[in-house]
Amino acid sequence: MADLSKMFRANIRQYGMLVALILIMLLFQVLTDGILLKPLNVTNLILQNSYILVLAIGMVLVIITGHIDLSVGSVAAFVGAISAILMVDMQMSPWIAVPISLAVGALIGAWQGFWIAYVKIPSFIVTLAGMLLFRGATMIVLEGQSISPFPSGFQKISTGFLPDFLGGATMHNATLALGVVLSVILIFSELRNRRIQKKYEFEVMPIGFLIAKLAAMIAVLNAFTYILANYEGIPNILIILFVLVIVYTFVMKKTVMGRHIYALGGNEKAAGLSGVKTKRVTFWVFVNMGVLAALSGLIYAARLGAATPKAGNLFELDAIAACFIGGASAYGGVGTVIGAIIGGLVMGVMNNGMSLVGLGIDWQQGIKGLVLLLAVGFDIYNKNKSS
Amino acid sequence: MMTDILLEMKDITKTFPGVKALNGVNLKVKKGEIHALVGENGAGKSTLMKVLSGVYPHGSYTGDILYKGKVCEFKDIKQSEGLGIVIIHQELALIPYLSIAENIFLGNEQAKSGIINWNDTIMKTKTLLNKVGLLEAPNTLITNIGVGKQQLVEIAKALAKEVELLILDEPTAALNEDDSENLLQLLLEFKRQGISSILISHKLNEISKVADALTVIRDGQTIETLDMKKDQVTEDRIIKGMVGRDLTNRYPKREPNIGEIFIEVKNWNVYHPLHSERKVIDDVNIHIRKGEIVGIAGLMGAGRTELAMSIFGQSYGKKISGKLVKDGKEISLTDINKAIDNGVAYVTEDRKHYGLILMDDIKRNITLASLNKISRNMVVDENQEVIEAESFRKKLKIKTPSILQKTGNLSGGNQQKVVLSKWIFSEPDLLMLDEPTRGIDVGAKYEIYSIINQLASEGKGILFISSELPEILGMCDRIYVMNEGRITGEVNGKEATQEKLMKFMTRTGGSQHG
Repeated sequence: MADLSKMFRANIRQYGMLVALILIMLLFQVLTDGILLKPLNVTNLILQNSYILVLAIGMVLVIITGHIDLSVGSVAAFVGAISAILMVDMQMSPWIAVPISLAVGALIGAWQGFWIAYVKIPSFIVTLAGMLLFRGATMIVLEGQSISPFPSGFQKISTGFLPDFLGGATMHNATLALGVVLSVILIFSELRNRRIQKKYEFEVMPIGFLIAKLAAMIAVLNAFTYILANYEGIPNILIILFVLVIVYTFVMKKTVMGRHIYALGGNEKAAGLSGVKTKRVTFWVFVNMGVLAALSGLIYAARLGAATPKAGNLFELDAIAACFIGGASAYGGVGTVIGAIIGGLVMGVMNNGMSLVGLGIDWQQGIKGLVLLLAVGFDIYNKNKSS
Repeated sequence: MMTDILLEMKDITKTFPGVKALNGVNLKVKKGEIHALVGENGAGKSTLMKVLSGVYPHGSYTGDILYKGKVCEFKDIKQSEGLGIVIIHQELALIPYLSIAENIFLGNEQAKSGIINWNDTIMKTKTLLNKVGLLEAPNTLITNIGVGKQQLVEIAKALAKEVELLILDEPTAALNEDDSENLLQLLLEFKRQGISSILISHKLNEISKVADALTVIRDGQTIETLDMKKDQVTEDRIIKGMVGRDLTNRYPKREPNIGEIFIEVKNWNVYHPLHSERKVIDDVNIHIRKGEIVGIAGLMGAGRTELAMSIFGQSYGKKISGKLVKDGKEISLTDINKAIDNGVAYVTEDRKHYGLILMDDIKRNITLASLNKISRNMVVDENQEVIEAESFRKKLKIKTPSILQKTGNLSGGNQQKVVLSKWIFSEPDLLMLDEPTRGIDVGAKYEIYSIINQLASEGKGILFISSELPEILGMCDRIYVMNEGRITGEVNGKEATQEKLMKFMTRTGGSQHG
């Protein structure tokens, strides 16, 4: 028991927000008389927040390096506009238009990364300029009008669902099957880890703990797929998100690149003197942000079925808030992809829940602001206490 | 006679966690005298002045401060300044984008109910600038005048506070000869007007020129106070006071096993990264043998760190020229990765800012410079990482509950061991250590010396930079002395004495290879 509480205290920030997310979900589940976790609403929650979550993944990398990106909303809008011109005006196939759009995002990221990493202009200024620049560019290329409709194949990115190849009548069987498959993968990977750690003679979690932990994770996972299966199954966008989270978590946790990003944010000078190519890493983090902003813009355009000059407005602030609520430090060096996702979900569930109980947009804004302040205040309070 | 004494500091003792910085220091300054305070780097001079000026408030030290015969208990700088005690720090505290007038009256604005009277300010500034002999318009921005003139502005600022005791910490360190001379004349002029000064300086010729009395501090204790007129005070006499201590068994024994020359630095020149006309390293030639510990002695600002960093992947300086030869072949280390790949490592002077990622744990810090050693296809093998870090924890005796501990929570000695681990893990042939024992307690120092000896016995070349002369003498096989970016002397470790080194260190203009 002592070990458990020690473990919990050591990771209070990460578990803390997860616990907060669960509490917020329970709160709104009660307040909305159970509407929150209805299959339709859960599906909607995912669709509504997907583009912010994609941005949050890129943003947390930017924040870990000690920078900020204010331009992502405008970049998303701009790329959405470009994709509309390609697919609607020029009738290009999505298979060609999507890669071109992502490449445009990469170019924009490279442009901003160049000024930040090599010319050493503070990212706040470069991306503030980018925010204005690309909003303006969006309006110019759209000539102030919306362009629609996107081809339906493209819209499927945001509105489509995984086809039920198992042909369920009342339930979406493929979704349930996927839940089971993932559970099995989870068990095997945990056991494999444990075996390797034992081989190295490291201390491992007592088997009882491991079983409890796995049981909890599998229960949550299958409850989630069960809820989704009761509606239309797994949205396509959830698969994209899932892959992104896995890939980026892996990169940040396990690869040399990830180490270099954390080291750069933790202490740029020390990292530089240890052989981290600080300029190059900063540059690529912004290129990556550009690509993810482009992806976010495509997802939003696909969901709306149209490219509009107003698209992506204030997305940057939601993405930044998600990172900070999820435990990233404004001074750099600290943050996780999973944390940013949890932070994004906290914001998303609150938006959704408050709308369901009929709170106006005015109250929603104010309450979200307070939650951001309190989450970061709690973080700093904990840090001061522990040091 | 009693009224003669302006300031008396009695039995001042100040402890920092783990270190006794001052131990019963006494200092007496007479009215209207220039009192020099000398001692090695880290002897406790600056700490003593911080106690006097209230930077370390009453209660954080023991002992008494008597000023004009009255006991003073300063809580902050404001209170000491209120009595006319003003300190000018080594690093000037002027705001670059404010004018001279604004800087002089910063915190002391000529204002009525919060509204500044600019006419008054400008008028008074003009008078003050006249007094210090600075011919600049009061509206000139600080950033537009040179260091020498900035120093004068600092003094004018002190005069504005009706100073009676002026404390100058290394005031001429950054000045050229004309500006230095100018400043010393000003001190003599103040003396005639009845303003006393405490002058902290390494430049013994300046002290001989202006000081009336001199107090030597060593290891946080007052060694002696000399009357410059009565006592026969020569520079040698002062140096002896500053360094005269016995070397006991503070350094682990070692049988040097020195091989052939494997690193040569030839005609090495480096310019300042911002002021590209300023030469920081001036035609340096050094060499290092395998298994040899080579010391670099010098005062602060002599260019030791700059030399090491310019060799280490050109991490300092501009327009670097000269040759770097390793094992007979010329190498070009244009970035840090090339330095690491070529077996060159550098342990920074300031481990908190340049050496460690304090928010990261021990293992991540140890592996940061050599992640390629524990990764395959760019994926880090975290299990291997734990094993490597664990072996360093045992080998270097890093005292910590776990290698998952954040380095920010470790003591100075253990932090330094982590930094050493990082660079030992990179398997260097040449290891440059910059003040490797600064701020570390005696026990941990011994352990670090042992580690360094062990590395030398494995055939690595060690370049050992330190401001502590006993340490250099105790550890090094051969010692270079630097001053003003040049090598002013080279001494065999066995023949070296502190007096000898100190002479080369304070030699200005110096000859090559003494």
